[in-house]
Amino acid sequence: MTDSNNIPGTIIFDGRVAMKGYALNKMCYSFNTAENREAFLRDEDAYCKKFGLNEQQREAIRRRNVLDLIDAGGNVYYLAKFTGIFGLNVQDIGAQQTGMSIEAFKEKLKAAGD
Amino acid sequence: MARIVGGICTSHIPAIGAAIARGAQDDDYWRPFFKGYPPVRDWLAETKPDIAIMIYNDHGLNFFLDKLPTFAIGAAAEYQNADEGWGLPTLPPYAGDPEFSWHLIESLVNDEFDLTTCQEMLVDHAFTVPIALLWPDRSTMTAKTVPISVNTVQHPLPTPKRCYDLGVAVGRAVASHPEDLKVVVIATGGLSHQLEGKRAGFINKAFDEMCMRDLIEDPLALTRFSIHELVEHAGSQGVELIMWLAMRGALGKDVAKLHSHYHIPVSNTGAGLLLLENAA
Repeated sequence: MTDSNNIPGTIIFDGRVAMKGYALNKMCYSFNTAENREAFLRDEDAYCKKFGLNEQQREAIRRRNVLDLIDAGGNVYYLAKFTGIFGLNVQDIGAQQTGMSIEAFKEKLKAAGD
Repeated sequence: MARIVGGICTSHIPAIGAAIARGAQDDDYWRPFFKGYPPVRDWLAETKPDIAIMIYNDHGLNFFLDKLPTFAIGAAAEYQNADEGWGLPTLPPYAGDPEFSWHLIESLVNDEFDLTTCQEMLVDHAFTVPIALLWPDRSTMTAKTVPISVNTVQHPLPTPKRCYDLGVAVGRAVASHPEDLKVVVIATGGLSHQLEGKRAGFINKAFDEMCMRDLIEDPLALTRFSIHELVEHAGSQGVELIMWLAMRGALGKDVAKLHSHYHIPVSNTGAGLLLLENAA
């Protein structure tokens, strides 16, 4: 399987990670529908239980922490549906993951064009 | 005989769709991006393709990890978008052409590309955003669509070489269709970007510029990258270059560039646009 560690700051979502994150990603995939997003917000515990999240995944969901969610096997395409519940776009989660302010993160992106 | 009249590559990120939805095309942030598109719209209005083969990657709308095809093709009379988790509105359906789809499927499978065939297929932003960019007024879009989805979610992804070869087979399939149809091949995604991990926000302008050049002049050079190398040079979502390579494969050996545009950043992405046609 792919060595996930040789590109800094990057996890290759391969079969090994996909198996580890299956329950978490399945829950996030369910957020494609508004009624599932509402059910999650109504009773987060029950919703996570229904999908069989492990403790690491449950804690990462509780903390709304994207790096932790990825570490728990999350795939960013499904996680985007989870963060979407809280109105966070990819720049918001980029800032969160890099520990930057949103403004600093946007500046960094702009600077890539120079 | 059907023929490919041109190939288009464009970025497809959701932020573009959101900018269109709130009418922000002329804002200072967005103007440098949107100003690249009118020449391609004019070309489409003039060329009036009958079929648009849309080569894109599903981001977890139609496919999940339970059953994830490497290549999938639609064979439906119409395709519907849907909410992707952040409340996207349902748009009018996009017309398909099942007869043309089945012709492609027959030809591709005979050519040893064993795609998953879909008589129902939800299409996500990677399909809808490029159409909104290319045909802002949907009523002028006469082309019927054939979606081809490529797995970029779960590794192993198909190699750049395999995607290029798929495009070559698409080109053969189009050329063997008996009707006199004009076909445009539209590849969506790219260029460099990375959404996740501590390297989120990675953009590689020099690599993007090389890709836009080599895609025209020496696409085989790009097919020699491994997926892992593409992740390294272009970011984990920069692998979407493989859709562009499929488009390029569908065109002939020599192509002419009719238009290109590149802008950094739109959201987290180096955004590229190319319009190519087969050289005379």
